[in-house]
Formats: sequence, structure tokens, C-alpha cells
Amino acid sequence: MKTRLLHISFILSLVACKSEPIENYVDAPTESPLQIPTLFSENIIDPVIPINNPQTEEGIALGKKLFFDPILSGNNTQACADCHAPENAFTDINQFSDGINGVLGPRNSMPLFNLAWNYDEKFFWDGRAFSLENQALEPVVHINEMNSTWPEVEAKLQEHSEYPELFQQAFQTLTIDSTLVVKAIAQFERTLISSNSKFDKYLLGETDLTPEELEGFNVFMDEERGDCFHCHGSDKNPLWTDNIFHNNGLDETFTDLGLGAVTGDPADNGKFKSPSLRNLSFTAPYMHDGRFETLDQVINHYSEGLKNSSTIDPLMKKVSQGGVGLTNDDKAALKAFLLTLSDYEFISNPNFTNP
Amino acid sequence: MKNLASILCICFMFFSCHEDKDDNVLNSNVNFNFTHVWDGISVTNSEFNTIQFTNANGEQMSIEKLRYLISNITLTNTDNASFSLDGYYLIDVTNNQGLSFTPTASIPPGVYNLSFTFGFNNDDNYQNYPDLNAASWSVPEMLGGGYHYMQLEGKFIDNASAEVGYAYHAIRAVDNSGDELQFTDTFIEVDLGEITVSNNTAVTVEMNIAEWFKTPNTWDLIELNNMLMPNHDAQVMMYENGQNAFSLKSVE
Repeated sequence: MKTRLLHISFILSLVACKSEPIENYVDAPTESPLQIPTLFSENIIDPVIPINNPQTEEGIALGKKLFFDPILSGNNTQACADCHAPENAFTDINQFSDGINGVLGPRNSMPLFNLAWNYDEKFFWDGRAFSLENQALEPVVHINEMNSTWPEVEAKLQEHSEYPELFQQAFQTLTIDSTLVVKAIAQFERTLISSNSKFDKYLLGETDLTPEELEGFNVFMDEERGDCFHCHGSDKNPLWTDNIFHNNGLDETFTDLGLGAVTGDPADNGKFKSPSLRNLSFTAPYMHDGRFETLDQVINHYSEGLKNSSTIDPLMKKVSQGGVGLTNDDKAALKAFLLTLSDYEFISNPNFTNP
Repeated sequence: MKNLASILCICFMFFSCHEDKDDNVLNSNVNFNFTHVWDGISVTNSEFNTIQFTNANGEQMSIEKLRYLISNITLTNTDNASFSLDGYYLIDVTNNQGLSFTPTASIPPGVYNLSFTFGFNNDDNYQNYPDLNAASWSVPEMLGGGYHYMQLEGKFIDNASAEVGYAYHAIRAVDNSGDELQFTDTFIEVDLGEITVSNNTAVTVEMNIAEWFKTPNTWDLIELNNMLMPNHDAQVMMYENGQNAFSLKSVE
């Protein structure tokens, strides 16, 4: 019996080594791994790519087309890009974005970049969506956003002159469903990598900073002044966010519970995800509700505008005095540094603009 | 010839699947569990975010975040031979992550003295660790760089009965008041004493969080609640108080 099994194993190993006809691979999408920037590969761990949604050329191209196509909305008037504009690092210049019915949402649109490095995979300001794919499911059907239904979207895409073939190329099926739509969009979104700011180039030895910008970095890293680094990254963390949820002292009482509404834990009330400080030149207004129109207002908030509440983060020091009390010179330097994190190549990258 | 090689390969595959009983006799992996108490009362993240602890100075306080780094777990036998279980571990009580782990290195069963480093020693502290960078665990270069040893945060009740935040962050002590940084080593060599390692040994190490505020320095949160990283003397006090924070709870 053992001898027979050995023979069968041997035959199977020979069969497995035979080459298969090349025709079987003709329709397979072409792998397109993320191009990881040097500062990222040297300093932080690898991005999150779901094993069931690898990056492919065809998937990325399809996701890009879908991202800019108003076909995803109920009346074919609004695309993802309408509230996530490339020239604004994929956010909206308006405090709140309006949906297809003209109704404003309650929060500022989040910018989109370096999303594959959100290790906990909690998306939205309140972390309510797990995974980038799941995040994309919601705006399509939200009544105050694109206000469609997935069966409607699937039907429109299925009847479209181009999309079935594009899904065939990307996923090897002509049958379009919401799962494949969000997979494609997520593939495109993962390519939105911002890593070419002035500060990146400074860290790579390709440019110099002004004395004021350097001093601003010191303010940022100094626990006795800005102390920004605990939540917003550092020269060792090029994401410039911890992707964690904090109450940063905006309000004494909460009209928007943020993370608390998702977890049901009162200790999470008033907590929102730390946004990345990259690309601040393009992403005003600031905070989850877009309450601050300028960077100066943001810096003033942390310096003397903090409001106490039960869930305020312990890192928000000197709350009783309104904040850390930066000097005018510190504020100016901090602002100059923060602006070095803006990536002009990112917002003009043709790979990310409307096809 | 090819057939012969293929058959030999298959034979090797079968032989390699045989259980090597010698290995089982000689080597064991050790599982570590880290648990936490406040003077004997169990603390998990379920106890976080509520003012319910009283420190040695009489201040009522809460914990909102606790995570710390240990490294260089070492087992030394009676012949003074050391087995270092390489690596470092970020123990994140807040998110209930990393509290239990099994180093890949295996050791012969026997009697050992167990020790580890709280934080990093100086050689290890100044390497580059992408996972720790991604966890926002690094220390600013203006304080010498390297990494945090511990982040313990929460609120306490001050003299005006107000809740005030504290951030008890342990790093390598540094005096940055002069032209050059002056360091004092504040990583802690924790000696947990003797353990017997056999097959599937599980070691439970306990941290008494209250110790960080107790002995020999009665910690005054009114005075020392934030901006402690650049405070050289506060870092030395943390080092002194941390000497008795860890103990061996059980070996099973």
C-alpha cells in the first residue's frame, strides 16, 4: 500500500510540473504592487493589502474610472471625486459637502492619501468602517451623499458599454457586483501615495529647510512647546498621523459623539481620528467638522483655545490655561514647518487625475 | 538519473516528516503572559477611563493608556550559561494586544534565572525599528532619539477637584539644558528569580502599576503630570520606582 502511494505521489509531482497552456493566463490581470517610497520602507512597516484584493493594473485603472464617474450616484450627477478632489489632496474645500439632493453632511470630507498604511483599517472620522473596501460601500447609498442603491448601481454598470469588459479584465468576470466595485476603488485609492513634500526631500538630503522651518520642526517635536509628535508622527513616521482617535479639546459638550457613537462607550465620546498633517496647504478647512478655515486658527486652538471635557486626551496639557501657550514666533515657525509637509507633486500627479 | 533523484527527494520528504523525539526532550518554548494589578486588584483595559485608583500620594486617578516595551528576555542556568530569547515586545494594555507571546527560540528544560529589560538597553535603543515607528513609539532627536520605554496616561483629581491629564512617559533620562545632551541610563534590568522550564512552560509576569507612584519616590501628580520626557530628574525617579514594579506571578 505504501509503495503504491509513493508511486502515485511521484506521478502527481511530475504532472504538477508540466506547463499549462498559455491560453489559460491570457485574461489574468497584471500584478501592480504598490511602489513604496524610500522613507516609508525604511521607517515603517508594510502597507495593508488584502489577500483577496491584490493590486493589479486593470483593477487600479477600473477603480480610477469608477472614482471619477458620476454613474455611482442616484441621478448620475456626483462622483467620488466631487467631494474628494485631486487638487485638494482628495478632500473638499467646503466645510461640509453636499450630496445629490443638495443636503449638507455633518462632517468635513476626509483627504485621501497613504490609506494603505492605516494599519488598524478603521476608516472615516469615527472609524466606523473596517477596511478600505467597506468604506467605499457607504457613500454610494448614503441619502445625503450619492443616494443610490447598490442594485441600481450594479444594473447601470452591467448595462454600460464599457464596464463589463473592464470588470472582466480586472476580475475575470462579466458579472458586476458591489464587492468588485469597491475592490476596484480601493485598489485605486491605495495608489494615492503622498511622499514628495519638501520635508520628505529634506530627510532624503535633497533639499534644505529654512531656519524658520527647522525651528518649527523643533516646536513640533518639543514636549514643552507643540508636542505634536505624540499624535501626528515624526521624522520616523512619515504618515504624520497615528490613525488613532482622540478628543483634542474642541468642545465642552458634544453634538457629534464621534467614535463614541460607534463603540457605544461614553469614554469614546468626542473622539475623532487624527488626520495626517501632510498636504495642509490644500486641505482647508480643518478638523472633523471643518470649523477652522486657516492653519493659524488650528495652531491658536492648541495654543490657547482648548476646551475641557470628560474625555479630553491627557496629552492636551495645560487645558485650564487653554493650551501650551506658544509664542508668536513659535506659532509662525510651526506653521512654516507644517507647510513643508505639503506635496505638490501629489496633487498634480496625472495618475491621480480625471481620465 | 532524474527518476532516481525524484525518488530520493520523495523519500527525504517522508523522512523529514518523522517526529524527532530528541528535539522534544532537549528544547522547549516558553510562553509569557503579562498581567497587571493596582496593589493586588486586577487591572485590564476594562478598568480604564474611570477615576478609581488612589496613588501613594493620595491622589485619585484613572488610566486611559498603558503600553510598554520589554526586551532581552534571558534565561540563565545554574552553570551560568545564558539563553537569550531575542526580540522585543510592545505590550499594549489599552488595546489588549501583545500581553501574551511565545518567543521562537527554544531552550533545554531545566532550572533558570529569568530576567528581562524594561525598555531597551543603550545598544538596542538606537537601532531603527519600523514596527515601533509605525506605533508612534520613537523619542525626538532633541532628547537623544531612541524609543519610549512606557506610556502611562490618564486623569487625576487635582487640589481644585478638577480632572487633569497626566502623561507618565518613561524614556532614557536626558538633560538637554546644556550644549550637549547628558544621559542617565534608565532602562531597568528586571530579575524575576528562579523558574523551572519543562515542556509547554507558561510564565506569568505581573506589573503592579501602583509601584510607579510609590517607592522610593512618592509621586506627586500635582507637580509632575506632563512634559516629563525632557525632565531628567523625573525620568530617574521613574527608573527608581520601577525597580519593584514587576514580579513573577506564576510558572506553570
